[in-house]
Amino acid sequence: MTIKKTLKTTLAALALVAVAAPAQADGELFIYNWSNYIPPDLLKRFEAETGIDVTLDVYDSNETMLAKLQAGATGYDIIVPSDYIVPRLIEEGIIQAINTKSMENVGNVRPAFQSPYYDPDLEYTAPYMWGTTGYSYDADRVPGGEVEDSWGPFFKPAEELKGQVVALNDVSELYTAAAYYLGYGRCTESATEAQDILNLLLAQKPYLAMYQSDGTIERMIAGEVIMHQQWNGAAHRTKMERPSVTFVYPREGVPYWADNLAVPTGARNPDNAKVFINWMMAPQNAAEVSNYTGYMNAIDGSGEFLDEALKADPAVNTPPEYQDRLRANTPCSAKAIDLRDKVWTKLKK
Amino acid sequence: MLLDLPRRSPAVARLLLIGPGIAVIGLFMLIPLGLMAYVSFLDRGAYGGVVWDQHTVEAYTSFLFERNLDDSLTFNTDYLQIYLRSFLLSLSTTLIALLVGFPVALYMSLAPAKWRNLLVFLVTVPFWTNLLVRNYAWILLLRTNGLIDQWAAGLGLIGPGESVSILYTPWAITIGLTYSFMPFMVLPIYASLEKLDFRLVEAAYDLGATRLKALARVIVPLSLPGIAAGSILVFIPSLGSYVTPELLGGSKGLMIGNLIQLQFAASRNWPFGAALAFTLLAMVLIAMVLYLTRFRKLPE
Repeated sequence: MTIKKTLKTTLAALALVAVAAPAQADGELFIYNWSNYIPPDLLKRFEAETGIDVTLDVYDSNETMLAKLQAGATGYDIIVPSDYIVPRLIEEGIIQAINTKSMENVGNVRPAFQSPYYDPDLEYTAPYMWGTTGYSYDADRVPGGEVEDSWGPFFKPAEELKGQVVALNDVSELYTAAAYYLGYGRCTESATEAQDILNLLLAQKPYLAMYQSDGTIERMIAGEVIMHQQWNGAAHRTKMERPSVTFVYPREGVPYWADNLAVPTGARNPDNAKVFINWMMAPQNAAEVSNYTGYMNAIDGSGEFLDEALKADPAVNTPPEYQDRLRANTPCSAKAIDLRDKVWTKLKK
Repeated sequence: MLLDLPRRSPAVARLLLIGPGIAVIGLFMLIPLGLMAYVSFLDRGAYGGVVWDQHTVEAYTSFLFERNLDDSLTFNTDYLQIYLRSFLLSLSTTLIALLVGFPVALYMSLAPAKWRNLLVFLVTVPFWTNLLVRNYAWILLLRTNGLIDQWAAGLGLIGPGESVSILYTPWAITIGLTYSFMPFMVLPIYASLEKLDFRLVEAAYDLGATRLKALARVIVPLSLPGIAAGSILVFIPSLGSYVTPELLGGSKGLMIGNLIQLQFAASRNWPFGAALAFTLLAMVLIAMVLYLTRFRKLPE
């Protein structure tokens, strides 16, 4: 093939692409989600059912996602921000109004998620997954085979558990749990209350094996420790391997977080994004995500599509009597965060 | 005409030659560092970030002093303690790396010339794998019922079901850091030992020196530049290390790297994070300058 001919074919191919591209553009959807947070098979089914081509990109924290969008990344049609960061996304104009209430499947959303504090009218977001942070213990290895449903056994462990307890290495999660145990708000601005929290954490420290957020599942399965502050989805996966592990919903209050579907302002395919969000609010689709992630969705009627093991595990399928123990992670003032930070530094100095 | 300029004017030629170097240093060092210094003097934003037109030295004040409720200041050693812990840990890492690395480098330099390149190559092999992966490998080795526990139990050092419990202690951090930075110690020492004239060692023997004495009086002094370079190359990255303490340590005591990370993430206090990083930089710079000025006085 001569150079001239090659050039000609290349040009022809380019022309073809150029013609084809706009036709394809209205069939695309770019999702920017947490890693390992949506089943690939489900995306394939979405493509098959709607004819929309999905491209998935992933991030590891809300801050990463925010930084990328603030730096001007466009081209994402769907992002999955957590509760506390949503007000900021709205305030800074990073996400656009999608009026979830007008979508066909919005009726499936559980009443508890119809009016979240971060988006009271579901104007900008639709609920995706949610979970709680309690703690789990190995019933075979605690004195008496059971602990009461309080933060007490975690913050003031029995002598037998000394060096066998792990707290999450996460200032927000640990501080919040300690505040609830003492009957304070997680965003307390009172120095004396912060001092009480510090005293509680300092008294707990000798009983802890470590502060670690990484590898909670493996550590409990291997039996390295007996008690572990843990996310409920992780507790479920632990229980699959070590059935004696029980997840506790402390009566003083359990923090919960909720992740949401939202559409960035710069989205190229906002209509497809709305199709996707509506599609995700169908019970079977939401259930498939739960089966994959181990976290609960906010869709009524998804129960019948859940894996039996997931449905039977109270860690994931929160029993109705515990619903009123769940507390939202509302954002704290700078003053409260400074206090929290001081407590953390003094705890670990 | 324009292209002739460098040839006719040496000043322009010089500028063109140094230009790229200066541009790289400016772009990748001075601008980011200057930005960090500037941020450390700004007021913090409510959601993280900074307020660009509000200047304050609050970040540096809060490194040493704590603001009481009545706005008075008291001396606060919390952060100094964290810095001290990091310095001690980096120091022990450097010492262990030196104790292990020096014999390795000596062995390499005494090996037949045809093997030396292969040995240097082998020392650098761990760098082919990501640091994170290597740290996870140590988790597998050190964890309860991990390989080290199995070996210890097999040798009868610990009973069945017991554990040596190294993971999630400062020891695990020291092991991880020493392992990660070992090549930085071995290679500079090897470089200075390889140039060493071993006839000097033979002369020492002829003059009645024992092997240890020859090592202490001849080999070590002559390899001091390599030892100094290696120690600096291990000590400084250890000080700022973040991943290894996070993964291998039990986090019961903060390290500088983790403290700084905390400021930029959960605490939403970027100016303080920048000030912490800058304080560390200043301390390291001062230590280096003192060390190097003292070093230069040594006889060649």
